[in-house]
Amino acid sequence: MKVENEFWFDEDAGPLVRPYAVARGRTRPTRHDLEMTTLVVAVSADRHVDVDREYAHIIKMSRRPLSVAEVSATLNLPLAVVKVLLSDLIDWGLIIFRSPPRTSDVPRTELLQAVLDGIRKL
Amino acid sequence: MAFVSSDMPVTQTLSARAVKILIAGGFGVGKTTMVGSVSEIRPLRTEEMISELSSGVDDMSGIEDKTTTTVALDFGRITINPDLILYLFGTPGQERFWFMWDELAYEALGAVVLADTRRLESCFAAVDFFERRKIPFIIAVNCFDNTPVYESDEVGEALGIDKAIPTVMCDVRTRDSSKLVLVTLLEYLISLTMPATASAKESSPTQ
Repeated sequence: MKVENEFWFDEDAGPLVRPYAVARGRTRPTRHDLEMTTLVVAVSADRHVDVDREYAHIIKMSRRPLSVAEVSATLNLPLAVVKVLLSDLIDWGLIIFRSPPRTSDVPRTELLQAVLDGIRKL
Repeated sequence: MAFVSSDMPVTQTLSARAVKILIAGGFGVGKTTMVGSVSEIRPLRTEEMISELSSGVDDMSGIEDKTTTTVALDFGRITINPDLILYLFGTPGQERFWFMWDELAYEALGAVVLADTRRLESCFAAVDFFERRKIPFIIAVNCFDNTPVYESDEVGEALGIDKAIPTVMCDVRTRDSSKLVLVTLLEYLISLTMPATASAKESSPTQ
């Protein structure tokens, strides 16, 4: 894997590429239901698709489910920008996503108990 | 419209879900240290541009312009099981601004307020924030070397919080201690889902 080499800017280039230019000036995602802890996963990370490099990088990194926050941290781009890019990928059918569980739609105690069990096992 | 290529199973679904817990407290109290000590990954940093009309923010009276700032979050990840991922978000500095970040608090399972007894007042803002947003939290007193050691109920009293809110002593540099803080939080959160337990465990046996 040579993901880092394929990405066309590094940290030193930060000021040259204003984050919002990557999202072509868009700051509002087309889908508003992406949150920091929404999970995304590539539909097919191995398939070649003809997309810009930032998109390709996201597809590559999301072979396994990742949160929007992890994508943001890895790309070193603000959450708002990453949400725009992810929205595009979702619209194109290249990424699927799942929102965090809502207080209202999951049995709260079961969820909390699962988290507790998991922490105890660490 | 979205395009879907023919070699892709359209029915693919994502079964995993993620939940979050917030780690808050004053500057330099050990939030990122705690995240790092239990996370399965090296803590990552994400950031968001937060803008807020400053009218209505009490301590900024006289400034009417919209203010925008970059707010950073350090976070770690714990894979609970293949279908459940826990993210721990620490809130490094810029307190005044992350308080305006609605999404941060939205649907958080709960929060840990890290306190340093040498400067307890530095966590007042976080306590206030979670109380106002009705996000359940516990207090974890990070015991630095040579820190005056108080009983946990003394800390709770000094903070003026509900007696039912657990206060634990910890050293967040160690994984076991950070784990215990999270276990305490989860047990507290579970107790809140059980009706009538809050009043039943009114007093603790310690004097």
